[in-house]
Amino acid sequence: MELINPILEFKKVCVSYTKQTMAVKYVSAQIEQNSITAIMGPSGCGKSTLLRAVNLMHNLYPNIHVDGEILLNGADILTMEPIDVRRKVGMVFQRPTPFPTMSIYDNVLAGFTLNGIRLSKNEREETVESCLRSVSLWDEVKDVLNKKGTFLSGGQQQRLCIARALALKPDILLMDEPTSALDPIATKHIEELLLQLKNDVTILIVTHNMGQAKRISSRSMFMYLGELIEYDDTQKMFSDPSDERTKAYLTGKMG
Amino acid sequence: MQKKKLSQRLFIDRLVKGVVCVLAALTAVPLIAIIGEVLWKGYDQLSWSFFTEPTPTAYKAMMATAAGEPIPGGIANGIVGTVIMLGMAVVIAVPIGILCGVYLAEHSKSRFAKTVSYLTDLLQGTPSVIIGIITYIWVVVPMKGYSAIAGSVALFIMMLPLIVRSTEETMKILPASLKEAGLALGGNNARVILKVQLPAAFGGIFTGVLLAVSRVIGETAPLMFTALGCSMIRFSIDKPISAVPLLIWEFFNDPNLQSLIWGASLFLLLFVLFLNLTAKKIANKWNS
Repeated sequence: MELINPILEFKKVCVSYTKQTMAVKYVSAQIEQNSITAIMGPSGCGKSTLLRAVNLMHNLYPNIHVDGEILLNGADILTMEPIDVRRKVGMVFQRPTPFPTMSIYDNVLAGFTLNGIRLSKNEREETVESCLRSVSLWDEVKDVLNKKGTFLSGGQQQRLCIARALALKPDILLMDEPTSALDPIATKHIEELLLQLKNDVTILIVTHNMGQAKRISSRSMFMYLGELIEYDDTQKMFSDPSDERTKAYLTGKMG
Repeated sequence: MQKKKLSQRLFIDRLVKGVVCVLAALTAVPLIAIIGEVLWKGYDQLSWSFFTEPTPTAYKAMMATAAGEPIPGGIANGIVGTVIMLGMAVVIAVPIGILCGVYLAEHSKSRFAKTVSYLTDLLQGTPSVIIGIITYIWVVVPMKGYSAIAGSVALFIMMLPLIVRSTEETMKILPASLKEAGLALGGNNARVILKVQLPAAFGGIFTGVLLAVSRVIGETAPLMFTALGCSMIRFSIDKPISAVPLLIWEFFNDPNLQSLIWGASLFLLLFVLFLNLTAKKIANKWNS
């Protein structure tokens, strides 16, 4: 699918863990700004691997190789410094990862601390409040801001992690199965939240939950064995998939 | 037939369990016996002046014993020396040990790190008397005299591998997601280690430092070659200085002072016990 003004573009992206096996094979796709794009597929299809290529997480592991181009606003992030890229590309992980020694307050500001950015007291207070409000957590935690982040429930912790990522005002928010460790009610909260957030940030979400992809995403990718099989409007893909494999997956015959 | 077999099997099971329990209990016996004996013999000597006054001369001790009085004086010179030497050793060993441990955990696959890690193990197993004599050659001879500095160098060498190891192990068991989450926010490696990983590992590292201190506080052999001992309370670091384990050895060698052995031993034992219990408490709190 060709988009007029994509914020992110994959061009023949390959990721390999060893020389023989490619986890992601020649994926090309364009991601629309201020939308939610879901990446679906069975376990081991390379969806998380593709996602983690976007904020250069693979750079941590010297044996993983990423080839091709990933353009963020036209610039290839594979040639950029990881710390620059990661400031523009936020990430939320499968399990909530609040920093255990930091308070809720400090967790929201962790991005600034880790980047060595000093904020005035007013700026800190404003950032914490607005970020926690944007993830609908402010009213629940405003009286316990000094408690440790791990004091919160799983769903609250995940929203705290989203707030922490949003604090740096990223262009793109990557989410790697952000609700798979949460109960249905917490999941519903996060999904509602993502629909609100897409006005401010582009969201790329990996999910193994087809219902979730259908509920929140405007476009969906279906990956299988490292290849991007189909990429289309979510509605179109769920009602009339063009590839047999997509159809088999969506109807539960595969995966 | 079937039933008999079952009862036999159950019997063997109980027998093995019984033997294991008895053996487990036996391992606790030495410690309990040691604490009992030292408490029994040393309890009498503990008094305020035992901790505030230096070791008496043999003559004073002899006169007091002849007059049927308790021996005057105490082990204050040893306590001061131990605190000074341990303090200096800790101040140097903690930053170096932690940095080294962090490096080994971060680069666990590099050949250099593997070599360093292996050498650390060897250093940990080096007999303390050898560390003592080497420190004598390296520090006491060039400085032309025994000193607290030399003593603390010996203790530093003994503590270093323990701190390196505990830091390395603690850093390695931190979940990888913690580091990834920190890096995903755009932090550089150093900041993520400093602001996220080290604070999360603090409990384990602190426990390691306490155990390292409790491990070397009773070391006698290396101090014989380096600190030598001194009967006065002394605060200067370039002169010979006393230490509690050195005093125990001196008391043992002086018939007039022998009864002070138990008070000094009790102090040392209680201190080590206190450090170990504190370390355990911190470890538990950190793990929960």
